[in-house]
Amino acid sequence: MTLPWACARAPKLFMALGAIALTAACEHGVRMPHEAASAGPATVTDATRDAFGQPMPGLSQARRHQFFVGNSFFNLNWVSAPASVSDRDGLGPLFNARSCSACHFKDGRGRPPEAGENMLSMLVRISVPGAGPNGAPLPDPIYGDQLQSSAVPGLTAEAEVTIEYRQVRGTYPDGEVYELLSPSYRIARTAFGPASTEILLSPRVAPALVGLGLLEAVPDATLELLASETEHEGITGRINRVPDLTSGALSIGRFGWKAEQPSVLQQTAGAFNGDMGLTSRLFTSENHTARQSGPEHFESGGAPEVSDEILDQVTTYVGSLGVPARRDVALPQVSRGEDLFLELGCAGCHVPTLPVASKESLPEIGIEEIHPYTDLLLHDMGEGLSDHRQVYGASGGEWRTPPLWGLGLVSKVNGHTRLLHDGRARSTSEAILWHDGEAKLAREAFIHLQQVERTAVLAFLASL
Amino acid sequence: MFASADAGIRKRDAIGRALPWLCALSTAFACETHPNDANGPKQEPSVQVSPLETTTLQAFNKTYAEIAYAAYSDAVDGAKQLQSAVDALVDAPSDSTLVQARKAWLIARHPYQRSEVFRFYDGPIDRVEMRLNTWPIDEGFVDGNASTAGIVGDFERYPALSTSLLVGLNAAQGETSISTGYHVIEYLLWGADKRNDGAGERPFSDFKGPTGSLQQRRGAYLKLAVQQLISDLQSVQVEWAPGSAQNYRTTFSNLPPRDALALAVKGMGALSGPELGGERLTVAYETKAQENEHSCFSDNTTVDLLDDALGIEGVCTGRYARADVEVIHGTGLCDALAASDPELAAALRKSTGESVAAIRSIPAPFDQAILGADSTPGRSAIGRSIRALEQQAELLSRVAAIFGLRVASVKGGS
Repeated sequence: MTLPWACARAPKLFMALGAIALTAACEHGVRMPHEAASAGPATVTDATRDAFGQPMPGLSQARRHQFFVGNSFFNLNWVSAPASVSDRDGLGPLFNARSCSACHFKDGRGRPPEAGENMLSMLVRISVPGAGPNGAPLPDPIYGDQLQSSAVPGLTAEAEVTIEYRQVRGTYPDGEVYELLSPSYRIARTAFGPASTEILLSPRVAPALVGLGLLEAVPDATLELLASETEHEGITGRINRVPDLTSGALSIGRFGWKAEQPSVLQQTAGAFNGDMGLTSRLFTSENHTARQSGPEHFESGGAPEVSDEILDQVTTYVGSLGVPARRDVALPQVSRGEDLFLELGCAGCHVPTLPVASKESLPEIGIEEIHPYTDLLLHDMGEGLSDHRQVYGASGGEWRTPPLWGLGLVSKVNGHTRLLHDGRARSTSEAILWHDGEAKLAREAFIHLQQVERTAVLAFLASL
Repeated sequence: MFASADAGIRKRDAIGRALPWLCALSTAFACETHPNDANGPKQEPSVQVSPLETTTLQAFNKTYAEIAYAAYSDAVDGAKQLQSAVDALVDAPSDSTLVQARKAWLIARHPYQRSEVFRFYDGPIDRVEMRLNTWPIDEGFVDGNASTAGIVGDFERYPALSTSLLVGLNAAQGETSISTGYHVIEYLLWGADKRNDGAGERPFSDFKGPTGSLQQRRGAYLKLAVQQLISDLQSVQVEWAPGSAQNYRTTFSNLPPRDALALAVKGMGALSGPELGGERLTVAYETKAQENEHSCFSDNTTVDLLDDALGIEGVCTGRYARADVEVIHGTGLCDALAASDPELAAALRKSTGESVAAIRSIPAPFDQAILGADSTPGRSAIGRSIRALEQQAELLSRVAAIFGLRVASVKGGS
């Protein structure tokens, strides 16, 4: 356990960084950061409920002003057209949320609904078996690629999705009992006729948004190198190559649960379109299909509904959110947990340190490396987490490694501890227990730890 | 894992810079030396800490707590006056009772805005602030318009209104889906502001209707919102009350004096720069949109801004006035700072005065001042105010550096 996988997977990246060769790296012992500033000078010190909503320190005045304006549009509810507030009309007619902040509340993380609640900070992507160009998911003929759970007055929402949880009990080797929630999803109340009988559902909670501009600045070459490393202890990361609507070519996917978006801009415009029913220069069509009768009668909020200016402001906002500093970094328990994280092999996918080339996108932030705990690559996570649908290069069982920075503040910011793509895990340990596929060895190693060591790993994760 | 030994050494500078400000807030961060750090002893903080006399710091902390208690007590009193006026309006709607209720709202705003300087560090106010002063609000979420019934008009979904219903709905569907607080009450009292030369013009008849009517629901909602306002403000007031062994004031007083001062500076910096300079002024200045003004229904925004700036200045000078009569005159931040860095203290005192003056020069109504060319009196005054507040925030971040805390990055909450 002491010779980490990292020595097998790191060398190419080391050489690319101009650091040192493989042997030296392993002689010196590859280290975890043990550092409070997860994003160097782009780290923010706020550990309050507003921890995820801070601008990176040191933004230029112009970008800071854009940040605040973008924030206001991020928070504001959009309304149906026509409206006196023409800046922000055009909502829907089909939508999941009225504002970005409805799902990314306080720029944080969504969760599945509690019993009796509507699905609010979570949505359901849909498709039918097969694949389109470049492996794109095939939309349902009537309902398209996403179920919109709300509609403007005069129109009925597409459908509801109900969740049923089955309790799965298990025990750690040392006898500690755990219980997981295994979800199943069903479509109900379809408003435009029956959905395909083969429909595939992929429920997803809204992720926290910290540090996205930095993840965007990780060089393509770094990700190519990480993806080219040979398989070690079952881990092989893959790049999802997805259409970049700005260039018209395929680019490396970085954002979204399946790494299906190549840039903060496209992710933002995609969310405006799919989640709020708003067109922009990247997505010029509304989110309903030709087979749906009704939505086409509703007035548009303009062409496009989200002006270029507002789209760019919101993109700047999202891309300039700083990363909260870690807490309790050197508590012995946390420090021990950090070392265990490496020894267990967790860092095989949750890569602690990546280089960034931010000269172009964020020139005023002098930053060379970040500690996001992700490789931005796809990994097979096993049958239990699979949604059985292809998204470009990603198979149903493959998910992009989510960054872990900010993890420990989700409960503070969002008042819950639901994790994984559909929020089924109620705690960090449950999330670990769901890891399978390429992460099976790391999970097995985790459950075989003594309880005090498991607690240390969780304490480390809570410090992020 | 990719950090080589070399990279580790390179990172030490960042660690050296990062630790002092993290350590300063002992309530939020554990102070530490890295145990696995094989590269020698931890670097000393790069900023030399000035030896401030503990007694001065303690005097400042005492004044700070006194002002906080006074401001929240006045805010509670203001809200109770508002409640009497709102009860009178709802019980007997008329032009006169509506005018009286609006007047009471305007009066109640002064102490609350002065108290905003106590936000932004997980203090007592930060637990309930989202229920008190969140803005902008989505009017349609509260009260109906063409496209939505709002909570007031949605009898089916919300058959019975209650404070717990309103609290539960507040911000549950997004950061502008707001159901409680000053601006919801403001909207219910004034309605949307569609005039260029004045505030909203909701008629008193909006509250006059038989049992079970929309108008009656609106009045019931208004009463509940005021009731919740009072109880939220009281929950903060008791935390700052003297003589309690277990409230926040005692915790605050028992903090190492430098840590308590660091919290105060953090709040002042966050309110100055990101909140006032950024969200309340820059956004309105850049978008020229009325909905981005703080009190858009009553046209009270310029007064709100001024009270915020006066609140910051008051913590700096150690003074608090009730109805223009000075009731507290103690040790301000500038006094405490003067012992170690008289130049910075003088600069901060000057800067807070300049912010107040710049904001005072913004012509009312604010929604007209933001319009037109940048050279108009309104826009140039707002531009000056933004620069003054950013300068003030910069000075406060220098003060924070003296106490080992960095505040430049702190953004406003709501």
